[in-house]
Amino acid sequence: MNAPFVGQPVPRAEDVRFLTGRARYVDDIRPEGALHAVIARSPYGHARLLGVNKASIEGLPGIVGVIAADDIAHLPAEIPIRLAPLEGFQRFLQRPLASDRVRFVGEAVALIVATSRHAAEDALEQLEVEYEPLPAVVTYDAAREGAELLFPEAGTNVATRYSASMGDADAAFARADLVIERHMTAHRHTALPLETRGLIAHEEADGILRCWGATKVTQWNRRALAVMLGRPEHSMDLIEVDVGGGFGAKGEFYPEDFLIPFAALRFGAPVKWIEDRREHLLTTNHSREMEATVAIAFARDGTMLGMRAKVSADMGAYVRTNGGVVPAKAAQFLPGPYRMKDVALDVEALLTNKTPVGTLRGPGRYEAHFFRERLIDLAAEELGLDPAEIRRRNLLRPEDMPWSIGHLVPYEPPSAVDSSDVPAAFDAVTDAIGYEELRWEVRKPQPDGRLHGIGLACFVESSGAGPSETARVELREDGGLRVISGVSTQGQGHQTVLSQIAADAFDGGVPPSEIELLNGTASLIEGGFGTYHSRAVVVGGSAIHLAARSLRAKLLRVAAARLQLRAEDLVLAEGHLRREGSVQKLAALAEVRGWMREAGETPDATETFKPDGRTYTCGAHAAHVAVDTETGQVEVLRYIASEDVGRAINPLMVHGQAIGAAVQGIGAVFLDELVYDENGQLLTGSLADYLVATSSCFPNIESITLENSPSTLNPLGAKGAGEGGVVACAAAIANAIADALRPLGVEINHLPLGPDRLLRLIPEKPAP
Amino acid sequence: MTPTESLSITLSVNGATVAREVPARLSLADFLREELRLTGTHLGCEHGVCGACTVLLDGEPVRACLMLAVQARGHSVTTVEGLTPAGGGLTPLQAAFQRHHAVQCGFCTPGMLMTATALLAGNPSPSAEQVRDALSGNICRCTGYVQIVEAVMDAAAGAEA
Repeated sequence: MNAPFVGQPVPRAEDVRFLTGRARYVDDIRPEGALHAVIARSPYGHARLLGVNKASIEGLPGIVGVIAADDIAHLPAEIPIRLAPLEGFQRFLQRPLASDRVRFVGEAVALIVATSRHAAEDALEQLEVEYEPLPAVVTYDAAREGAELLFPEAGTNVATRYSASMGDADAAFARADLVIERHMTAHRHTALPLETRGLIAHEEADGILRCWGATKVTQWNRRALAVMLGRPEHSMDLIEVDVGGGFGAKGEFYPEDFLIPFAALRFGAPVKWIEDRREHLLTTNHSREMEATVAIAFARDGTMLGMRAKVSADMGAYVRTNGGVVPAKAAQFLPGPYRMKDVALDVEALLTNKTPVGTLRGPGRYEAHFFRERLIDLAAEELGLDPAEIRRRNLLRPEDMPWSIGHLVPYEPPSAVDSSDVPAAFDAVTDAIGYEELRWEVRKPQPDGRLHGIGLACFVESSGAGPSETARVELREDGGLRVISGVSTQGQGHQTVLSQIAADAFDGGVPPSEIELLNGTASLIEGGFGTYHSRAVVVGGSAIHLAARSLRAKLLRVAAARLQLRAEDLVLAEGHLRREGSVQKLAALAEVRGWMREAGETPDATETFKPDGRTYTCGAHAAHVAVDTETGQVEVLRYIASEDVGRAINPLMVHGQAIGAAVQGIGAVFLDELVYDENGQLLTGSLADYLVATSSCFPNIESITLENSPSTLNPLGAKGAGEGGVVACAAAIANAIADALRPLGVEINHLPLGPDRLLRLIPEKPAP
Repeated sequence: MTPTESLSITLSVNGATVAREVPARLSLADFLREELRLTGTHLGCEHGVCGACTVLLDGEPVRACLMLAVQARGHSVTTVEGLTPAGGGLTPLQAAFQRHHAVQCGFCTPGMLMTATALLAGNPSPSAEQVRDALSGNICRCTGYVQIVEAVMDAAAGAEA
């Protein structure tokens, strides 16, 4: 395979270790003399915590110690907010261990450390913890009313409220021919990476406290841990090993990210904790639970004039590291990829006695696109317009770019869609699914006796969050390259894709197979920010591009001086230096590395890329479904998702991201659901109850990768490619089901849409 | 007998005879991972749903998290580490997984490979639907399964050719 490598479907280099059982996940690490931690967790949704009786397990076999809230009371142990610090949130932060009150089932109250996991789990069954149950707050209304308060000292369960607007929504609604308004809800679910969380911490002989199992934002987490432990940052490291999926949930700073290092210091030994699946469902961030009342004003011809919305997010019991990302992004993305300039939004974040929420792949977007796209279909019906046509009349056009999306997020500057060809992305899916014929076909009686429907949805999606990313590229002694990056990896395949970028920036002089990537661990490089908001390739890759270009220039300059040639007459190829137009190799790169040393130059370069703003992808989804009105079962006969990713660095991997995201998103419409009872008990605490898509659920998923709109904001032209597959799934599926059930007068305003929910909506057939 | 009482077991793991004293309550998965350091067998749920811990017991796929190590006494266990040809390299199935980008985070991969290996041993040319049925007890959160099914089909076609 030859340069350019960017744009080629290069198979992943990292696959071999995953395929042969030689990957190294955190649970695969067994430090000598490791102690094992388990966590005592609240069985109540809301209760006073009267006491943890540490003596109740003292002397049990293998017990080394117990840590409760009084052991950490002297430390500034509130977990800080990393993103979206909306006003008022500071009152509702979580401490690693509950002290006088527990606010959700699964909240940590004590840490038991023993010589084996078996011993620790045996002791956990014996640990006496005294509670006095309190009424639980589990609904939006109960949270708002505040008859029961999670934080009595705050006097409210409303964590924050704000309004944001652009243009003049009142004027838009005043001139509307039609206003469609609905109350809608999205349901609570979670990322559910197949590997649970886990950590190993150990202060090694060199005095460095090392924590294995960190990911996502190790640099920020190290700073947070330094503050919470009262230790200098450079005396600790957070080390990333192989990570079995993240999807936004894994790698945030959770209570255990403090407790395990704290225990390692206290007991002077390595301490290992591996989350079990029940703990995962109870404690790792949930997401997506939101209600909204959304109104869109339309002109008679279908023109979208303006929008008003009130969005309320159920934040669970605490404000965690992701702050207000979920409600704020839902609000920001409500207008979507449409030429709508007059928007007024009211946003609130409510506390309930449930697991706290955080980001999940496409946070807020999945919900927002569902709300808006449903309303567009309802309007189409009222106005007698085809759902595709009403969208085409309103979609942003290439000539609208850059398109201001105003200042709808209080903690961010105003933003604009940088480049996009939304109509092309929309046409790609309507053409592929054969919309013009299929929309009539689905109306006919079907041989299978089911009702068929077709659903469309369009989206815009941001990616490439700043502030910046730094990369160092080194020329290795063997002539290969070593790339050091501050982005982290949860299984996406960055080794391969970032090597492709480095290889091209180095003129293809070193193939990707000779480029290694070191990334993720906090101490590797200054100026790293990790992986979130689809930024690893966009921002991290751009920094690598700049660093590789910089090293290339330096290398050629040294070589030119040495050879008394002009730098522009030299080329890099096949690990060698050649003269332009000649096949003769002048020197191996390993030798040139020596020249650089002799010339007093280090054989490396470090560059920082600071984007001027976020880059936006756009796309569309189309779904063809069949609904069995007797069983409520829906079959997804065909699903097509397009996304304009600007530039696909590795089309094989972009395709994989899109398909995987779509199956996650479609699965969540039907299967994933976290159900709580009125006491705040999670009823779906195992994988027997919390269902996810399996291989037989959704076989007919297709993706279309478009490269019509390279980003203008980075040297690669790249945009995010991991989230567009998920963000419009609820919208397209719900629209398809609503289309199928239209003869029955059924409207779809609430998620999820499993058979039980649909049967409740479908009117029973009158007795014959 | 108590759960912590030790018992001696002898079994075959990836073709080699292994003899150990193990607590009665030790799961086969923990035995493989902790005692034998065969960490390619993963634990995703420890209640038999996710399939990440799938190994072959006398050629049949089983959940190593639902079996006790002592139950494997006298049997032959194959883990993902035992699939790879002697001298390195990849099996045709493993190579197809790489070619089709059927791996993302890799956590489900060993279980997928074991299940698919057993499927292809019993049915060398399965339909896509049969592949999907066979793999439906193995959860993957990354790929959406499309590429995994393609890889298994491709490996089957390659073996036939």
